[in-house]
Amino acid sequence: MRNAKLVILLAATLMLGACSKSPDVKDGWGDEPEMVTGAQDESGSSQRGLGENGVRGGEEFGGMNLDGQNVLDGTTIFFDYDSTDIKLDYEDVLMAHARYLVENPGARVRLEGHTDERGSREYNIGLGERRSQSVRRVLMLQGAQDSQIITVSFGEERPAEFGSSEDAWAKNRRVEIQY
Amino acid sequence: MTKVFTSILFFMLMGVVGGFQPAHAELRIEITRGISAAVPIAVVPFGYTGPGASPFDVAGIVAADLASSGRFDPMERKDMLEMPSSGAEVDFQDWRLLKAQVLVVGRVSPINADEYSIQFQVFDVFKREQILGYRMPTTRAAMRASAHYVADMIFEKLTGVKGVFSTQVAYVTVTGKGKDRNYELVVADADGANAKSISNSPDPIMSPSWSPDGRKLAYVSFEGGTSAVYVQILRSGFRQKVSSRRGVNGAPVWHPDGRRLALTLSQGDGNLDIYVLELTSGRLERITSHPAIDTEPEWRKDGRGLYFTSDRSGRAQIYELELLDKKAVRISREGSYNARPRLSPDGKQLSLVTLDRGNYRIGIMDLDRGTLRVLSEGKLDESPAFAPNGQTLIYAAREGSQGVLATVSADGQIRGRIASADGDVREPVWSPFPPN
Repeated sequence: MRNAKLVILLAATLMLGACSKSPDVKDGWGDEPEMVTGAQDESGSSQRGLGENGVRGGEEFGGMNLDGQNVLDGTTIFFDYDSTDIKLDYEDVLMAHARYLVENPGARVRLEGHTDERGSREYNIGLGERRSQSVRRVLMLQGAQDSQIITVSFGEERPAEFGSSEDAWAKNRRVEIQY
Repeated sequence: MTKVFTSILFFMLMGVVGGFQPAHAELRIEITRGISAAVPIAVVPFGYTGPGASPFDVAGIVAADLASSGRFDPMERKDMLEMPSSGAEVDFQDWRLLKAQVLVVGRVSPINADEYSIQFQVFDVFKREQILGYRMPTTRAAMRASAHYVADMIFEKLTGVKGVFSTQVAYVTVTGKGKDRNYELVVADADGANAKSISNSPDPIMSPSWSPDGRKLAYVSFEGGTSAVYVQILRSGFRQKVSSRRGVNGAPVWHPDGRRLALTLSQGDGNLDIYVLELTSGRLERITSHPAIDTEPEWRKDGRGLYFTSDRSGRAQIYELELLDKKAVRISREGSYNARPRLSPDGKQLSLVTLDRGNYRIGIMDLDRGTLRVLSEGKLDESPAFAPNGQTLIYAAREGSQGVLATVSADGQIRGRIASADGDVREPVWSPFPPN
């Protein structure tokens, strides 16, 4: 019973996240985040205050349903142009992921970093890696173990959306969270 | 009159027999902007001394090669008044009237079942002098390669620059979408013919790099879901996974000695740095240690230093590093974004991707002066690579949503596009000269 309720709650959180996360696109060229600095850690630490939301307390986490499919699987974190910062909209979702990893020490998550098509390919591999690392950092600050997280960067090699529009670029600047 | 007629008949026969169609679509270079000084040249269809029609159109390949350089303007066959196949048959007055400056005539002779001899002569039409004459043995299977060799000899004789018509180009193609997406690493002749897939995967393949002897390619493949660097021997297809460490394994590039690779690794902490991997021993040496993205290494000509891309100053710029003390100095000064350096064969220039008024374009940086020249005109141009004679760059561009290949001469004057079939074509790299 409690499980089912959690699943619904989480699903709602994910959908909310999905709706509120339409990336806001700035003008300009160059998918080039700033250097990773202390700012990243700040965005991670700000999440510590989120223990107050209603989703806490379940001993059996409902992330895994009966046929073994994880409802958290398939979450996508989108990034602003020129940024590896995780937007506040994603805190609930990332908290849920972190909690799942903490409560399921055997679980492994794969963070796939992606960029838009602008700039050189190998440099974009670096940017995608930086994005997946900023998600990794948040999950680890919440207690997930290093051994649970694999990061992969595909740079611009695997766009979610084809085309060279601002809209397509916005959809391609992302980290996909997969179990 | 009868001579002209038989020549035309001969040519028509050749058109039927010699004009074979490739099994699948090939890339073809088409010069979109040439130079007004392109030399008018007449490459007369080669005669055939055996029975029946010639087994191969040598002159067609030679003319196409010379045209693809942008430096020559071959005469159309329909405009030729006669089809001499040796110097003795040439009426220079006719070719002068046709405004040909250079005339190429030749013939193919069968020696036995599979062996042939190709002989050709090149004339200065105005001086009525032979510039070059040569005879070479060949086989039916090697006929196309021999034709490229003829074109190389003519190009070098007339321009003083070694021709690249016998070289190859490797590139990555992507076809299909979603689950059907297929990445292929392709090696083709420099004119786009003989395209052969040497590796394919539903996961991305990127960053091919030729070994200095032209026998191997190093590249990155994500097969299985994570990146790894492979070295593949072209002849046998035998390949070895040389780096599959945690995190990023990318940007391999061969040291001039052919025994080491420079590459980019993130080693799990997510920070990309440059490393050097000794291939036989597997010994790994870390070259950079900086929280910024350091990637896209390129060896200096002397092999004792590296160029690479780093955003340690905030945005991507080009740095040069001495292996001895591992000190890096920024060398790109103009422009807010410069990445993916590739050295010219003479070691004096770097081609790179530069942000030019909102567009990603191909630039050439002069290493002595530090000046940057923008060569391309697209919005999303990338992955420049020099031809082994340094005359031409090949790079990837966008036409609509399709990735295509384009060429530009190092002086920016001659441009070509390489027509492709469906799908994206990207990351072209030109082979070194074949070993003699």
